[in-house]
Amino acid sequence: MRLNYPASVKIIRVPCTGKVDVIHMLRAFEKGADGVYIVGCKEGECHYKKGNYRARKRVEQAQKILNTIGVGGDRVQMYNLSSSDAPLFVKYANEMNERIMGLGPNPVKLKKKKAA
Amino acid sequence: MIVADRKPIEEIIEQVKDCKKVLVLGCNECVTVCEAGGKKEVGVLASALRMYYANKGVDNRVDEITLERQCDHEYLEEIREKADQYDAIISIACGVGVQFTAEKYHAIPVFPGVNTCFLGVTEKRGLWTERCQACGQCILAYTGGICPVSRCAKRLLNGPCGGSSKGKCEISKDTDCAWQLIIDRLKAINRMDLYEKLFSIKDWSKDRAGGPRKVIREDVMI
Repeated sequence: MRLNYPASVKIIRVPCTGKVDVIHMLRAFEKGADGVYIVGCKEGECHYKKGNYRARKRVEQAQKILNTIGVGGDRVQMYNLSSSDAPLFVKYANEMNERIMGLGPNPVKLKKKKAA
Repeated sequence: MIVADRKPIEEIIEQVKDCKKVLVLGCNECVTVCEAGGKKEVGVLASALRMYYANKGVDNRVDEITLERQCDHEYLEEIREKADQYDAIISIACGVGVQFTAEKYHAIPVFPGVNTCFLGVTEKRGLWTERCQACGQCILAYTGGICPVSRCAKRLLNGPCGGSSKGKCEISKDTDCAWQLIIDRLKAINRMDLYEKLFSIKDWSKDRAGGPRKVIREDVMI
């Protein structure tokens, strides 16, 4: 299919989205990421049964924390798709890219740059 | 174990918003098991605080250390050399750890990062329930291993009361009647004779009513 998705998206592979913890998402923002989205298998189709449900809950926890500290919870999202669904993967990548472009850069990164 | 619950980050930020160097101090024991104050939670809280300070445009330092325990001298001494450099320590151990840290590091403000709740068990991941109130005089031998002091809303020693209905307590449909559980258990172990025995008035001086308590064991003292 050779579909394109935004070059700003950097993929980090994990064995299952259940591996992703709140700290991983927070560290990404600490290190300057403008947004983070987790792409898991479709709900009910996790090979490890509950990995993607766990990921969704952790995304919600990260959103709460980011809202509290003024970074913005909208910068973290959870998406679900089938691993062979490339068009949907591209759609979500574009959607997330647009969302983050709308929100602007990570305020923590901006403040750190100013201070330096 | 001692069960604690995380404090809202807003509340913690309010305590340390003006501090320049903060240490988030975790504990590897009970609070790690109940996912409130272990190494992982230290990482999350410290990361959130670092971003909060950075977002405010202030150059603050937030460090992370997780001790084996915060209720023993030997482990708390591990931060002796480093403690002086901080304006504040956020201890996310139970109330015992927070207080012992504050006692040992007298000149450094120590803030609690969790709400210490009770002595309980992990029923399943994410659900912890109370089992013991540390009343100082255990009666479990006579109640089939189920504690009416911690599990009966009225702490009745000769129950149940009239509020027990279909095995549930009148305070909530989700709360089991402790005395129903006791009777069921005594029947199961064929010891209903224990139910016939009336408890006399409990000596509450061994509980908190007698003031702060001590256990003194001269046989193990060095």
